[in-house]
Amino acid sequence: MNFSEIDTGPIWLSLQLAGATVILLLIVGTPLAWWLAHTRNRWRTCAEALVALPLVLPPTVLGFYLLIAFGPNGWLGGPVKAVTGSALSFTFSGLVLASTLYSLPFVVQPLQNAFETVGRAPLEAAWTLGASRLDAFFTVASPMALRGYITAAVLGFAHTLGEFGVVLMVGGNIPGETKVVSIDIYDRVETLDFASAHWLSAGLLIFSFLVLVFVYTVNRRLPVRI
Amino acid sequence: MTNAISARFKLDYPGFGLDVSLDLPGEGATVVFGPSGCGKTTLLRCMAGLERATDGHMRLDGEVWQDAQIFLPVEQRAVGMVFQEPRLFPHLNVKSNLCYGLARVPEERRILTLERIVEILGIETLLERRVQNLSGGEKQRVAIGRALLRSPRLLLMDEPLSALDLARKREILPFLQRLRKELKIPIVYVTHSLNEVLQLVDTLVVMEAGRVAARGPAEEVFSHLGLRRHLDSAMVGAVLETRVAEHDPAYCLTRLDYRGQALFVPKLEATVGDPARLHILSQDVSLALDPPNRRNSILNVLEATVVEVGPREAGSHQVDVKLDAGGPLLATITKKSFESLKLKTGTRVFAQIKAVKTMTPDQV
Repeated sequence: MNFSEIDTGPIWLSLQLAGATVILLLIVGTPLAWWLAHTRNRWRTCAEALVALPLVLPPTVLGFYLLIAFGPNGWLGGPVKAVTGSALSFTFSGLVLASTLYSLPFVVQPLQNAFETVGRAPLEAAWTLGASRLDAFFTVASPMALRGYITAAVLGFAHTLGEFGVVLMVGGNIPGETKVVSIDIYDRVETLDFASAHWLSAGLLIFSFLVLVFVYTVNRRLPVRI
Repeated sequence: MTNAISARFKLDYPGFGLDVSLDLPGEGATVVFGPSGCGKTTLLRCMAGLERATDGHMRLDGEVWQDAQIFLPVEQRAVGMVFQEPRLFPHLNVKSNLCYGLARVPEERRILTLERIVEILGIETLLERRVQNLSGGEKQRVAIGRALLRSPRLLLMDEPLSALDLARKREILPFLQRLRKELKIPIVYVTHSLNEVLQLVDTLVVMEAGRVAARGPAEEVFSHLGLRRHLDSAMVGAVLETRVAEHDPAYCLTRLDYRGQALFVPKLEATVGDPARLHILSQDVSLALDPPNRRNSILNVLEATVVEVGPREAGSHQVDVKLDAGGPLLATITKKSFESLKLKTGTRVFAQIKAVKTMTPDQV
């Protein structure tokens, strides 16, 4: 048994899925986290609870609802099928969307914390120095929240990599399309191919460990400490 | 004197209201003085546009920053703001912090260069340093420089020295005095420190409970008998604008000229002709009807006339008396002495001054 015998397809698919999800999450999560950090709106608590929901919800529950929504007759899958010809369930795009929801708290919460730590004071200083809101966000808030961004990106990536229940519900097990590492491991255990399952599991374990070591190291070493 | 700044703000927060209407000169330092919670910081934030008063008007040299229709966002107001804490950007070094505002001003509108500010504030050696490695005083100097390099037409300072210890205050006050003299930018300076008021003030605004209690030249405002209500009684006293007349090295004294009369103070580091601002607490002034004789250690005696007598409040043993000694002077005496001297408006008296606090420019 050596590494070359293992089908690397699921590994690459997992990496692609995690990468796409993190990019989407940073784009969606930044304004959401910013709003949560600064709003005094009375719906803020509800929004925070919604964002945190994937932390406590069984992945199968989330996956079940998403499966229905993404299907050819679902409220999201239906219109998508009308435009593109295929629904979202059992597709890579569907997996990206599902992962985005599933990993949302892992990106939004570090960002929100970082923005709250930056606070309003440096922004006010930037505004009085002639910076517009957007200018102050990019030149003051973002660099000051850099640690939060790194934590968010790494945690979002790692968490997406390890997801199982949602993927199984929404994506199924289609090689090259939705068969990611965690599903592959499950498959191999089912077929009693323990040797391959060991290789993949150990790989994921070591990878996750290294990722967390990286996050903690970076957080300790970054020049901006706030 | 032009009234270049016109500010009117009405604001209602739960438990706190602001109702202020001020016309301020377009030059020199206006010091807004009052106890904490009186609304002075909110007033400043309204002027900057960081707080939006429901009913607000703000004009600078005829340019409308806020009225019923207009609310110019803070970044479009040519305002320099120095906060209580320095609020330097931790991810930028000193030079980049200084240039943050500078870079956002079109070249033709810049009134100051980096070199000039660095020279005035004495921060040449700090430019490449990280802001985390600066002392509190250095940080606040950089913050002041950063605000000035934004080329403001109005400089707002919100208790910029309050977070610093006495030594750091002594390090920065001379810079502020230099700014006030050398730059033609009006300054609105908020503080609750009488010392800072006396060092910097051209126009004084006293605030209490969200309202203006008194405003005008410091000499005039400090001589209001009604001001006692707003001040710590250890602060009640008159401000006298004098000039250095002569140094007496033998006795280590300096003679000051106060509108034709002489006052002696411990020797000052100032040249003859320099202005010197004195603060004479009313409790340090006693009154006599007869000229002082030589059997008296008190050095400073001013001839004066009683111009106003404060309210004789029940339960107090004292009464405030306002005198004209060429300029206003306050004395606090006992009611008993007041009655036995038979003081009334117009009485000629000799005001004996036990202690004088001097405030000369460039010296703390």
